[in-house]
Amino acid sequence: MSHAEDHEGTRRDFLYYVAGGAGVVATGAAVWPLVNQMNPSADVQALSSIRVDVSGVEEGTQLTVKWLGKPVFIRHRTGEEIQRAGEQDPDGVDALPDPLARNFNLAADAPATDANRVMPSPEGEEAAAWLVQMGVCTHLGCVPLGDAGDFGGWFCPCHGSHYDLAGRIRKGPAPENLPVPPAEWVDSSTIKLG
Amino acid sequence: MSGIPHDHYEPKTNGEKWLNSRLPIVGLLYDTLMIPTPKNLNWWWIWGIVLAFCLALQIVTGIVLVMHYTPHVDLAFASIEHIMRNVNGGYMLRYLHMNGASLFFVAVYIHIFRGLFYGSYKAPREITWIIGMLIYLMMMGTAFMGYVLPWGQMSFWGATVITGLFGAIPFVGDAIQTWLLGGPAVDNATLNRFFSLHYLLPFVIAALVIVHIWAFHTTGNNNPTGVEVRRGSKAEAEKDTLPFWPYFVIKDLFALAVILVVFWAIVGYMPNYLGHPDNYIEANPLVTPAHIVPEWYFLPFYAILRAFTGEVWVVQFASFITGGIIDAKFFGVLAMFGAILAMALAPWLDTSTVRSGKYRPMFKWWFYLLIIDFFALMWLGAMPAEEPYASFSLIASAYWFAYFFVILPILGVIEKPEAQPETIEEDFNAHYGKANADATPAE
Amino acid sequence: MFKKLAIGAAFALALAPASTFAAGGGEQHIEDFHFSFEGPFGTWDMNQLQRGLQVYTEVCAACHGLKYVPLRDLEALGYSEEQVITYAADNFEVFDPEEDDFRPAKPTDHFPANNGVGAPDLSLMAKARAGFHGPYGLGINQLFKGMGGAEYIASLLDGYTGHEKEEAGSILYENTAFPGGWISMAPPLSDDQVEFADGHPATVEAMSEDVAAFLMWTAEPKMMERKSAGFVGVLFLTVLSVILYLVNKRLWAPVKGKRLD
Repeated sequence: MSHAEDHEGTRRDFLYYVAGGAGVVATGAAVWPLVNQMNPSADVQALSSIRVDVSGVEEGTQLTVKWLGKPVFIRHRTGEEIQRAGEQDPDGVDALPDPLARNFNLAADAPATDANRVMPSPEGEEAAAWLVQMGVCTHLGCVPLGDAGDFGGWFCPCHGSHYDLAGRIRKGPAPENLPVPPAEWVDSSTIKLG
Repeated sequence: MSGIPHDHYEPKTNGEKWLNSRLPIVGLLYDTLMIPTPKNLNWWWIWGIVLAFCLALQIVTGIVLVMHYTPHVDLAFASIEHIMRNVNGGYMLRYLHMNGASLFFVAVYIHIFRGLFYGSYKAPREITWIIGMLIYLMMMGTAFMGYVLPWGQMSFWGATVITGLFGAIPFVGDAIQTWLLGGPAVDNATLNRFFSLHYLLPFVIAALVIVHIWAFHTTGNNNPTGVEVRRGSKAEAEKDTLPFWPYFVIKDLFALAVILVVFWAIVGYMPNYLGHPDNYIEANPLVTPAHIVPEWYFLPFYAILRAFTGEVWVVQFASFITGGIIDAKFFGVLAMFGAILAMALAPWLDTSTVRSGKYRPMFKWWFYLLIIDFFALMWLGAMPAEEPYASFSLIASAYWFAYFFVILPILGVIEKPEAQPETIEEDFNAHYGKANADATPAE
Repeated sequence: MFKKLAIGAAFALALAPASTFAAGGGEQHIEDFHFSFEGPFGTWDMNQLQRGLQVYTEVCAACHGLKYVPLRDLEALGYSEEQVITYAADNFEVFDPEEDDFRPAKPTDHFPANNGVGAPDLSLMAKARAGFHGPYGLGINQLFKGMGGAEYIASLLDGYTGHEKEEAGSILYENTAFPGGWISMAPPLSDDQVEFADGHPATVEAMSEDVAAFLMWTAEPKMMERKSAGFVGVLFLTVLSVILYLVNKRLWAPVKGKRLD
């Protein structure tokens, strides 16, 4: 074997670098689909956003729907409940166990006022009538019961967490308010989750 | 590992020595990769790496497809459609796996016929050859069971027909068939076990591939002249060989890239070209497709299976002397497996002392005829079982057996071989001229 | 010699599977329509697919299902999310096991199956039928003409001769594209049966082509993505081959002298 071609080593090296680069590209192109196929498939992605018809939800009742495999509480509050909820934080939100709204639709540091918890109402309806939140206790993931607990809101039977009428944690081991999922009105009787 | 003298791995740093005294894996990989390889290998020697690529491709795409596939008769077909429509890039993964099987068989057939022409099966490489045949059998089993998984019409009826072969075995056939299927007919139990075995066998193949490579690294590669590498000293061996890395790795990768251009074009532009439309109809045990055809790679042996009907005198004779135990159906099964066994026995059937077909003037023509015969059988296997195809099938099948059991043994005795080169170096120089240290490696 | 034989053999290999298709055929007549999606660079004609969906919805859906096709996929035909929601709810009802009742379909549902009169599901029909086989069964023309399944469907819908006969208590209709020549499906299409929004003429032949194109889409919705992956892959692998060829040549240059033969 000869080494007489060393004087044109640069050209040779360049070719080898090109080949190596092409090899890296080929490997990357081969690996990415193998990784990507484990991401949620189109049918799963399609379920990440659902539309809920709430025209049948009377005042004072609650609709529970499944979204992303978990229950979502859609509560149509009565005027009395709205009023009570507004008065449940007399000492300001900073006195609450969790002072943050936990509302996906608002900034992460929004305070946990009742107004920050509820959905904006569709036209012609009383403000703060609709409360949409995940029905998953922030303690260990049980599903809280409605119309129960010391604050008239929700009560988790597993370890005794009490949520008020705005879904805020007031008493018990749960650390956070019930999270509010991304939700918006498509029309006056349809809520889009996700 | 290799019998050819060459440089071995020497651990230099303390870290390398530490590892080497505990697990000499670097040395093993070094010896495998730097194996002295006859430098006159031609382009027929690239198919080994294509096969390695195919095995890796099938295992990798297979594992990810399993993440989305459901082996149940009610859900299998729908889960394939789920892969094709919903899974990210699923349609490509599935088409790659589907056509990867075909590339695998294209490569394995060329690889086998290369061995048959250049006498790669002859001593001392019989073990390599036998392991190769085992791999080939396992590939056929794996491919067959894989084809059942989409649970289309061809899947179902192919499985019914092929497992029916085992029912032809005298006395115990029905029991064996029932055992294979897990019931009286192809059903959920069959699908589940085929899925399990389809997942398992490729790893058995991978293990056999390692043994295959181990075996021919011990004997050294065969080469187009069939002349052995000189092993007197390292210097002498180096005149005949070059290390596998980088010379043959790069050569093989170039060939692989060219083959993949064609492969990718088929996957991208006509992925169903080698498939059968009926497999896009969900399996229905009550309706048989008009014309059941196995996948193309089974066709030659399928033709042999069908060739031996009750009208053939050999079959009648076999039936007569065994008192009817070997009937036409069983004879066909025996012929099909016998055709593969014949290949496996080649090392002992070929009596010629000359290894490479290049220097065997008569052998060459019989070999070319065998290639034509192979393709004729493939074509006949796809034809309906009626005249004139039945007669052609019989003639073509007869030649297949005659080649191995008659022609190979006789040729070695009557043939006068041509002069072979003394050394691999001589053959290489005759092709490319002597390497010249002063020559500019210009294009 | 070995090389030449091998090339011939590879050619024969290409022939072999194609001829298996030819064997099943018979004396059917399949028209070779020129669909926009054929060939390496062919693309869907969205207007045609939308017309095809309309023909399916208004005519075929009465007896045939499309159970493997999710309704949400219709967005790929150029419909908006709202249009798909409306289309699904207006045209189909599906059984919801959670409600234990039928409800209007949503985009996340599939087109319903339809087993009413035993008509086959059409989701994959365009891939489950091999239409034409090219000269001498040389299936390689799939590359330029597609699989032929859409041709088969269009030829079938447009292939009624008007003759009918009664056999074993059921009426069979003569059809030039159907294997055997007699089909139990009554001619489904008649001129101006549907009214296309884009003003396209609704002759039997035009509607046949449109619905055949639509069914090709339902059978192979990712065809365009597949072809572009094919194009990129072939291009890249060709470049890679050239690079490796040069590397290989350079690597071996010092070893090889001048070639003598």
